[in-house]
Amino acid sequence: MNQGIETLPVWVSLPVTALLVLGSLIVLIGALGLVRLPNFYQRIHGPAITITLGTGCILIASMIYFTALQSRLVIHELLITAFVFLTAPVVAMLIMRTAVYRDLRAAKRDREPESDETYPCPRKK
Amino acid sequence: MMTLLFLAIDFTLLCTVLAMLLCMVRLLRGPAAQDRVLALDTLWMCAMLLALALGIRFGSLIYFEAAMLIALTGFVSTVALAKFLMRGEVIE
Amino acid sequence: MSRWFPSPPLSVALLVMWLLLNQSLAPGHLLLGALLAVVVPLWAKPLRPMAAVRFKKPIVMARLLGMALVEIVRSCFNVSRIILFTRPDGLNSQFIRVPLDLKHPHGLALLSCLINSTPGTVWVEILPDSHDLALHVFDLHDEAWWIDTIKTRYEQPLIEIFE
Repeated sequence: MNQGIETLPVWVSLPVTALLVLGSLIVLIGALGLVRLPNFYQRIHGPAITITLGTGCILIASMIYFTALQSRLVIHELLITAFVFLTAPVVAMLIMRTAVYRDLRAAKRDREPESDETYPCPRKK
Repeated sequence: MMTLLFLAIDFTLLCTVLAMLLCMVRLLRGPAAQDRVLALDTLWMCAMLLALALGIRFGSLIYFEAAMLIALTGFVSTVALAKFLMRGEVIE
Repeated sequence: MSRWFPSPPLSVALLVMWLLLNQSLAPGHLLLGALLAVVVPLWAKPLRPMAAVRFKKPIVMARLLGMALVEIVRSCFNVSRIILFTRPDGLNSQFIRVPLDLKHPHGLALLSCLINSTPGTVWVEILPDSHDLALHVFDLHDEAWWIDTIKTRYEQPLIEIFE
């Protein structure tokens, strides 16, 4: 274990602990949703919480921890935060559209009545 | 107080590894290809968080670079896989 | 000004990124970062399909982003509660259709980022014939509420900012 962690004041280690526990629980719940939910269009919502809140909590914990440990401002985790928050929506949209196109193509190929996994284009109200 | 922090760090490592195992289950089982791509993307994210948690545990800033590289390559590979599934299928 | 700095926000972002990566404020790094901030936007200018938008209403923008952040955290807890405690077959996951008035491409990009970042909603596509947005909602209770929320809380400020 590293040096200097014993000298951290309580007001630093308390929020770091809370953020770490919250973040790791959220990460675990997201992965659980990925396994537990029955079809693809529901499963895509599971990792979204991992990416937003889980990553956010652990990155903030890391920032507070290193700032206190090195007693200078360590905020280069902001780069990862910015990158993840910019790219995660793009990835989610691409995977969603992939699924939609593949299901539409499969439905066209089979001429089957749609199962619950295909994309019913919402009708106009 | 410090033991609580140590416990929290170990708990984070444990949870991240468990989450990676769950993603692995979906990656191996997933009925459609898009399930596997989604699971792979989540696996990249969890690997990045694992690198960050290891950095906190050992108090070293080196792991930050690893985490950033994992995030970058994860994004690129997921986008490439999703694009391939969308357009580049052999049997259409 | 606009000849040397075609896009000031991009220049500032590059300088900040360089300083954060090197974790220093030494004059050498400031110089290198400034060089990067001047050269890269000039090289990247032909790549941009549209001219940069003038940053018109920072207060509306800040309020929109703050509201979105609160919404993200709130729906994170909602989604985790559903994953943990609801039976999956009792979920009402649906595609809905939201008529959009926003036409500006940058506004649409920001709207899609905000909607996709919020757990529980994923943007599918803008239907080409009617300019409606197809959206997938994790647990749908009331379709009219969703359409109303997106139109008033997200789309109105974006129209105000970009058009």
